[in-house]
Amino acid sequence: MSEAPVTLAAHNLIRRFGPHRAVEGVSLQLRRGEVVGLLGHNGAGKSTTLQMLTGVLLPQSGRVEVCGFDLARQPEEAKACIGFLPETPPLYRDMRVDDYLIFAARLRLMPHEMIPDALAEAARRCGLQDVRRQIIGTLSKGYQQRVGIAQAIVHGPEVIILDEPTVGLDPAQIQDIRALIRELGTKHSVILSTHLLGEVESICDRVEIMHQGRMVYSDSSAGMKQYGNGHMTLEDVFLDITRGAVQTP
Amino acid sequence: MIRLIAWKELRGLFGAPSTWLILGALQFILAWAYLGRLDAFLQVQSQLALVANAPGASEAVVPGLFRDTLGVIVMLVTPLFTMRLLAEERRNQTLVLLLSAPISNARIVLGKFAGLIAFLWLLILWCGAMAATLRLGTPMDLGLLLSNTLGMLLLAASYAALGLYISSLTTQPVVAAVAALATLSGLWLIESSAPDGYRLWHALAPTGHFRNFNSGLLDSGDVAYFVLFCAFFLALTIRRLDDSRSYG
Repeated sequence: MSEAPVTLAAHNLIRRFGPHRAVEGVSLQLRRGEVVGLLGHNGAGKSTTLQMLTGVLLPQSGRVEVCGFDLARQPEEAKACIGFLPETPPLYRDMRVDDYLIFAARLRLMPHEMIPDALAEAARRCGLQDVRRQIIGTLSKGYQQRVGIAQAIVHGPEVIILDEPTVGLDPAQIQDIRALIRELGTKHSVILSTHLLGEVESICDRVEIMHQGRMVYSDSSAGMKQYGNGHMTLEDVFLDITRGAVQTP
Repeated sequence: MIRLIAWKELRGLFGAPSTWLILGALQFILAWAYLGRLDAFLQVQSQLALVANAPGASEAVVPGLFRDTLGVIVMLVTPLFTMRLLAEERRNQTLVLLLSAPISNARIVLGKFAGLIAFLWLLILWCGAMAATLRLGTPMDLGLLLSNTLGMLLLAASYAALGLYISSLTTQPVVAAVAALATLSGLWLIESSAPDGYRLWHALAPTGHFRNFNSGLLDSGDVAYFVLFCAFFLALTIRRLDDSRSYG
């Protein structure tokens, strides 16, 4: 695993909104074939961190490298390697699913002749075959979420960044999406934020826990289970870690 | 990439039934005004024959149609179409899709601008084509029609640039529409109510630079004004998107 090339590296990201310190010196590394879960309470800075990794938000200091391209200096090369699902799926509600995915693929500089195959593949993976001609606004929340995931993977990006991908899905769909993320994680790098501990346990190779804008814990998910000699549930481990972080800021 | 964004805007516009309704209604109003002016001309034509150097049909119909009817229509409808451009992207949080894609802010803005003016220009060219039907019945001053059409294309582009900038300032499309309409009509009122001596007011407002085109005069100074006006507000819009990356 450790020989796999690094696809995403962030160094010491800092982001403040006025006096509020949203992210304070976060560093991350992601290798090909790895699924990393970013865990934390509400307001811990997960979404802000992910936005900085995708270039939606500029860090006040720190550096992001995607596939060897510096996100600040070569934004177009770097961003072409990224697929991003924000917290709210960025859907044009008046477009058809197919048209929207074609637009997303072309926006990420995908060559024309590859688009039909990529489209069919993304639709298959996200279970969208039956709704490809439908208007996005008429779809249920779960389907909209899947369209959001489809737009993030349609162009076959090296790095896939998902902000709470399973929100609003029913249990069966959550199973499907988790299986999909595992499948994506074999060839690409995936980083996802969540506050569902079960999700981390079932799909992530590695866990990063954020608290009040800082990284407070980083280990393999198997390692996290060993925390506290295996006597604690994951919830207890998580609470223990974040509580400890409060006491020693 | 500019073309991709512009194409998406156009498809979005023509995919909505309301766009077709608005276009149809506007075309009806324009035809009504055109025929009204033509009718008025025909009624006084016999008396005009007695006057030396009387205005011909082109001069009686075209400048008035463009200035008073099409000019006002473009001023009123441009905010309706510019309001959604960026404000709605922000409100529906779809702007993130564009910001996280390998496309620069300048291209996003230019694409949106191009898509919108392509639409507005269609409306104007249609009106020009309608006025050109005068040729069926009478020799026509084509130069006058062309300069009016060109002036209106530039005027519409400047309105679109201003509207696009205002749309980038807010997350509420309705606020963007009202603010753009207030700004455009404010500029127009300043220009049309200023006495002839106040050259600054005429020089500031886009409608002041349309006057020469309206009387059939092509002045490179006016063209430069429109180009600079568009460039200024497009640059501000790009700045605004840069800021949204920096300040969230």
